[in-house]
Amino acid sequence: MLSAVSASVAESILPKTGALGTLVARLKHTLPDLPYDYNALEPYISADIMKLHHQKHHQTYVNNLNAAEEQLAEAMHKDNINQIIKLQPVLKFNGGGHINHSIFWEVLSPNGGGEPTGDLMHIITRDFGSFDRMKEELTNVTVAIQGSGWGWLGYNPNSFRLRVAALPNQDPLQPTTGLIPLFGIDVWEHAYYLQYKNVRPDYVKAIWNIVNWNAVSERLAAAKQCS
Amino acid sequence: MFTVLFFQLSDNINQIIKLQPVLKFNGGGHINHSIFWEVLSPNGGGEPTGDLMHIITRDFGSFDRMKEELTNVTVAIQGSGWGWLGYNPNSFRLRVAALPNQDPLQPTTGLIPLFGIDVWEHAYYLQYKNVRPDYVKAIWNIVNWNAVSERLAAAKQCS
Repeated sequence: MLSAVSASVAESILPKTGALGTLVARLKHTLPDLPYDYNALEPYISADIMKLHHQKHHQTYVNNLNAAEEQLAEAMHKDNINQIIKLQPVLKFNGGGHINHSIFWEVLSPNGGGEPTGDLMHIITRDFGSFDRMKEELTNVTVAIQGSGWGWLGYNPNSFRLRVAALPNQDPLQPTTGLIPLFGIDVWEHAYYLQYKNVRPDYVKAIWNIVNWNAVSERLAAAKQCS
Repeated sequence: MFTVLFFQLSDNINQIIKLQPVLKFNGGGHINHSIFWEVLSPNGGGEPTGDLMHIITRDFGSFDRMKEELTNVTVAIQGSGWGWLGYNPNSFRLRVAALPNQDPLQPTTGLIPLFGIDVWEHAYYLQYKNVRPDYVKAIWNIVNWNAVSERLAAAKQCS
């Protein structure tokens, strides 16, 4: 099942038009609550980082996405194609930021770590050779990202295969590559700098201790249902 | 023998091409940061004088307008990157530009870098957290206008 956030994002991208052709008030995006306390992911991710990351960074994406969608609705209403096009990078950046972070909070857990089981483990072994090989590939690809971006474990709904991918900035995995995101690692410096400083590899190594394999398994099951 | 050499040659070209993003990223990083340290100063701030002030006024209307444009463009960068005040050696005009990651100004745009603002999060996060605008606002207090003027003079000589 898709998260409520994904549903509301999909729902509110398109403007709703009333019977008289006037635009009806759309649902605004909201910041989802963390499924755990700010300090729950310690010692792997500090409470300071989680607070800023959630309350400032993610909230800003939500606010800016709402503002951009309002401007988009107005531009479409006025048939201002220049303005519609001008808004696309703002929508991708903030929409992607909202999508990515909403997934991120869900696929981390204080009770996470270890290795997956069941179908997810089976498909990882099938597509990478072993869990350790998948972990190594995702780690290397993520650490190597130049600048800001995310590393992803994704599901190809056409070939039914798992793939690792890296994307810059907040580019969201599914619209950009077609892969359905299962697990992601944020390597914007704000995701780790207060605790790990410039040592991104230490952060990426640590995050494997808090992967919520249950949530990732659910995302795989949902992805399979859609393909 | 020929086919062996040919295979080795094309193999090297593959490697050369593979290295380009690494060269751009780290080369750009070295170039950009080397400029950055020079164009900041504890004795900086205020406004430029002389030819630099003249050319800023000519190309932006006023110093404040240039400051506003460079500030806005820099703050608006999505992700990691740099804001630049650069000199176009063909048109002899100053321009503001933003570039992603460590893309170096001159090879990428042709503009000669005079002053730059690093807005990778590592440049400000420990102190300013997510509030990039406060950092960009603060940096105007330490701009080394003497160094920037020297860079303009050097750029003019090359164009």
